[in-house]
Amino acid sequence: MATADTPAGHEGHHEHVHYTSTGLENRKIAIWALIGSECMLFASLISTYLIYKGRSKVGPFPHEWSCKTSNVVGKTAELVAGCAPADVLKPILDIPVTSQSTFVLLMSSLAMVLALAAVENKGHPLPAGAGWWDRCLASSKFWLMATAVMGATFIGYQSYEFTSFVHEGLTIKTNLFGSSFFTLTGFHGAHVSVGVLWLLTLFAIDVKRGLKGKNDVLLVDICALYWHFVDVVWIAIFTLIYLIQ
Amino acid sequence: MSDHNAAAHDHVEHPTWKQYKWVGFWLLVITAIEVWVYYTPFKESKLFAPTLLLMSAVKFGVVVFYYMHLKYDHPLFKRLFAMGLGIAICTMFALLFLFGALKIGG
Repeated sequence: MATADTPAGHEGHHEHVHYTSTGLENRKIAIWALIGSECMLFASLISTYLIYKGRSKVGPFPHEWSCKTSNVVGKTAELVAGCAPADVLKPILDIPVTSQSTFVLLMSSLAMVLALAAVENKGHPLPAGAGWWDRCLASSKFWLMATAVMGATFIGYQSYEFTSFVHEGLTIKTNLFGSSFFTLTGFHGAHVSVGVLWLLTLFAIDVKRGLKGKNDVLLVDICALYWHFVDVVWIAIFTLIYLIQ
Repeated sequence: MSDHNAAAHDHVEHPTWKQYKWVGFWLLVITAIEVWVYYTPFKESKLFAPTLLLMSAVKFGVVVFYYMHLKYDHPLFKRLFAMGLGIAICTMFALLFLFGALKIGG
């Protein structure tokens, strides 16, 4: 594999963009290969969830009402009307809360592409009479921090969801639904957490020396690809796990 | 590596801010429709799951093609992603059929 270093672009800051013989940067090829393999990981976790869904012997269940004592399971609360109120287990998935966290994650993807665009366009002078919104759009620090904050908010929503599930009696050991659900969403949450740390690292670099030049665009691009992948995985999880019964 | 390859790599067209904004808007609209449909009687229909899967696939494609720039990037990246995704989808269907979560003709 041949390697070529592009000349330093500014302030004696040497850029090392490593192209392969295909003319593509090897780190970008690596992140796409990682994303391809991550597809397989999440597909197997989602499959496991779908296979185990409906095979739990005891509640709580994702979309159904159930009675702890009689083991009656039904789609509506009327079907467990004969059960003592303390023994009634309501459907555990909270669609309104998860919808909010989904909105946040989708918006974080928009912030991420704007962060990348801001880094790519660094060095281009702002038009005369540029307003606060133009300055905002051109600020990579703003968009990187916005993406990280939205990612952290998503983690906050997930922590709230996990905590409320545990309070309602669903742990990773309760039933097959609990085991597969916590494993799948926990893995996704771990990926989001890694993404937030990655974003904060880029933000710190941006504050310290500024993100500029081809090499830095590539650093942000790779992080953006990872972040969008985490987003598309959630798009699949939200539909398959939360909305479809 | 030839200069030609490096030059080809350096000129990758990306969407504009307005396109990003519209993509974000439609992602939100589709998600809102998904959630709204969940609270309608359509939820009991046989078409509910296929409709949601279709909307989800559209969102997935939009993010991958526009936000991840796969539409504009080198074909090798498309192939790498398609290979992983293809194996993932095949594995998923294989497991679902193997364990009886999906059945042919039922």
